[in-house]
Amino acid sequence: MYKLKKQFLAGPYFIWMIGFILLPLAFILYYALTTADGAFTFSNIAAIADPVHVKSIVLSLKLGAICTLVCLVLAYPLCMILSSFRFRHQSFVVFLFILPMWMNFMLRILAWRLLLSNNGIVNSILAAVGIGHIKMLNTQTAVVFGMVYDFLPFMILPIYNSMVRIKPETLEAARDLGAGSFTVLVKIIFPLTLSGIISGVIMVFVPALTSFVISDLLGGGKVLLIGNVIEQEFMQGTNWHLGSGLSVVLMLFVIASMALMNVFDKDGGGTAVW
Amino acid sequence: MKKFYMLSLPLAAALFLGGCRGTADAADADSNTLVVLNYGKYLEPSVIEQFEEETGIKIKLEEYESPEEMYTKFTAGSISYDVVCTSDYMVERLISEGEVSPIDFSGFSNYQNLNPDILEASRIFDPENQYSMPYFYGTLGILYNTTMVSQEETQSWNILWDDTYRDSIIMQNSVRDTFVPALRLLGYDINTEDDRELTDALALLIEQKPIVYAYYVDETADEMAAGNAAMALVYSGEAAYAMELNDDLSYSVPKEGSNLWIDSWFIPKRCTHRENAEKFLDFLCREDVAMANFEYVCYASPNQKVVDALDEEVKNDPTIFPPDEILENCTVYKQLGIDTTERYSYLWKTLKSE
Amino acid sequence: MVKKWSERIYLGVIFLFLYLPILVLIGLSFNNSRSRVVWGGFTLKWYASCFTDETITGAFFTTLQITLAAAVISTLIGTLAAIGISAMKRKNRSIMLGATNIPLLNADIVTGISLMLLFVKFMNLGFVTVLIAHITFDIPYVILNVLPKLNQANRSTYEAALDLGASPAYAFYKVTWPEIKPGVFSGFLMAVTMSLDDFSITFFTKGAGVNTLSTMLYTELRKGIRPELYALSTILFLFAFLLLLVMNRRSDKQMTAGSF
Repeated sequence: MYKLKKQFLAGPYFIWMIGFILLPLAFILYYALTTADGAFTFSNIAAIADPVHVKSIVLSLKLGAICTLVCLVLAYPLCMILSSFRFRHQSFVVFLFILPMWMNFMLRILAWRLLLSNNGIVNSILAAVGIGHIKMLNTQTAVVFGMVYDFLPFMILPIYNSMVRIKPETLEAARDLGAGSFTVLVKIIFPLTLSGIISGVIMVFVPALTSFVISDLLGGGKVLLIGNVIEQEFMQGTNWHLGSGLSVVLMLFVIASMALMNVFDKDGGGTAVW
Repeated sequence: MKKFYMLSLPLAAALFLGGCRGTADAADADSNTLVVLNYGKYLEPSVIEQFEEETGIKIKLEEYESPEEMYTKFTAGSISYDVVCTSDYMVERLISEGEVSPIDFSGFSNYQNLNPDILEASRIFDPENQYSMPYFYGTLGILYNTTMVSQEETQSWNILWDDTYRDSIIMQNSVRDTFVPALRLLGYDINTEDDRELTDALALLIEQKPIVYAYYVDETADEMAAGNAAMALVYSGEAAYAMELNDDLSYSVPKEGSNLWIDSWFIPKRCTHRENAEKFLDFLCREDVAMANFEYVCYASPNQKVVDALDEEVKNDPTIFPPDEILENCTVYKQLGIDTTERYSYLWKTLKSE
Repeated sequence: MVKKWSERIYLGVIFLFLYLPILVLIGLSFNNSRSRVVWGGFTLKWYASCFTDETITGAFFTTLQITLAAAVISTLIGTLAAIGISAMKRKNRSIMLGATNIPLLNADIVTGISLMLLFVKFMNLGFVTVLIAHITFDIPYVILNVLPKLNQANRSTYEAALDLGASPAYAFYKVTWPEIKPGVFSGFLMAVTMSLDDFSITFFTKGAGVNTLSTMLYTELRKGIRPELYALSTILFLFAFLLLLVMNRRSDKQMTAGSF
């Protein structure tokens, strides 16, 4: 009985969800499945098979995967170190990683441009120590770099949270029973943080797959991701039907990748951020 | 809980303060206002204040970046703009879509200040000069760093394909502008709708892509001022801004010809404050106001009174005021048919995905 | 010893990576030149002028209003929703969570445009539409922060409190609230952060004359960003940073005093 009453607390959100999440989605679907004259069509969805679009979605998947992998490799040891510090307040660590977001995103990416450009700060330092000049900006590497910079906190936070939940006694017990550091890592820490890893992978891979601003600002307009194609259709080509169609396809990709990750996630906490 | 309060108290105070402002604004919202849609930083702020003081009309300024983006917001139709400034071909497109209403220039007291030559050039997108009023004009050309590139070299678009400048060339991140050099080098009209000609131009641009440093829109001026590239395809106004920051920079329009652009004001059909809009346009033609805007924006002004009042040095500055021999080779963009527009969009994606 | 030092160095490198661009921007706020690539000497003048420029203060207040109103409302709706969802059966719960994920997973531009399409049909774009849009993408962050805390919480304690005669409100305040409080708090903070940082969605849903700092920055890109904005961003950032330090200091004290 308590439970039934409690469920009604979700009422306001339920209404909000229908009005502002599902209804707009219906609009996109409508646009995706019609032509400019309002006739029904599948061509906007099928347009994904066009070589240009295939190329851009493959590139998005590739850069997204690299970015996710780099984030994971950077974040995992970091979280192990952080969790060994045993901060009194875990939320303090969380804040340290979301604090940069209080500086406007576009400004931060602009700052990276200053750092990485041909005559930029990093190149000046490299030249001063005699390494010489490296072209960094406006490459795919720069785009991945920017994505890692922007999304790394989303990998760190869920992993860190699952890691601090491991009781020290568990690790001690394992060591007492003769497990080496490596065995502890593989047999205990890794399985216990798996749901954190999965959350992190989703939280990084999905925005990386759909981003378009980073590729524009750090790729110098030379890197065309599927997000850029959609943006172009909405903002420049003004073909909203095609843009919507491609968005629907992109959404399917996102759902597919989430479903794939959820297969590994047995305790169902995969979508929880922290 | 305590820390929660600590955070929320100052924030709540700010919210409250902000809220007071909000309600004050809302009170006089619809009475005597003018909703202006313009490019970013394209209107001297003091001009707005002056207009508000003189007429008691409150201006709500909305800014945008690219004509296409403006089109998206404009056609969405949720804000009823009273007066809009945009580029030639977009004015033409909106006229053809029946979104623009004629302006009654007979009531203007300063309309005769406008240069007849520019009004003549405007006829390509507004044949009767009845829908639009020119605001600024200029060319598309090459901004170059004189320490890296010589002036003679920049007399031809060919320089943009020169491999010695690998990774030192900035192109425009907008499809039609980037196609101009390629089309002109091939001797084609920049308003061509011929598919073969466009495909040829694309091939040329694909060949160029490996040596291009970046396709930028907004950042070109700063990148050039920092010396990160040797040359860039830019609008004359942006060139003037960059040259102010760095003395080594110079601007040239290649002899093969280029684009002449005219940014103009128009009054949408859905305008709700027509009288205010016409008052505003007349106000913009006034010599002191046009001068203030010229000094702020630094693009070529179609206002003859402003030009006459300028120093010889400024008047003859080819970066700001394109000389006649250059203008002869330049063409205003025409709005392309829907098929060609979609074709352009596709070619653009093809270039970018290479 | 070596391990400890290499750990510290690694930590330092990661933080440098995250905070380096912010240091650059703080540096720019003291730059006595309007260009972001030319160093013109040290100055504090942008800090003085950023409070006198009306467009900047206007955008700043709009940003604060939207951010805070959206965060407060979404924290309220989101927390209630999380409590409701946690009481649901598995099937309903996964449907609700699925829908909650949509704004997180959609490209920002798609969320922004779909909301614009909706608003254009039914109302005028303006301050309110931006607020609605922000609440919409803030709520999921709140729910996803509160829900795990509810799942960790011991359900039977709450029911026991009721059985012992506590009113539902009292039982909630005494039993459930302390358990989910950190989640609600971080949800609120995430909401503030996300609103503050958003550009795409605001851009499509805003009306004439409504500008947040992000949308204002965007129109400034073409002819150079006013240095006042670096100054203002620095102030905003330092404000958040100080708040964080003070909060951490206080909770440290509380803890040593054993009040937790």
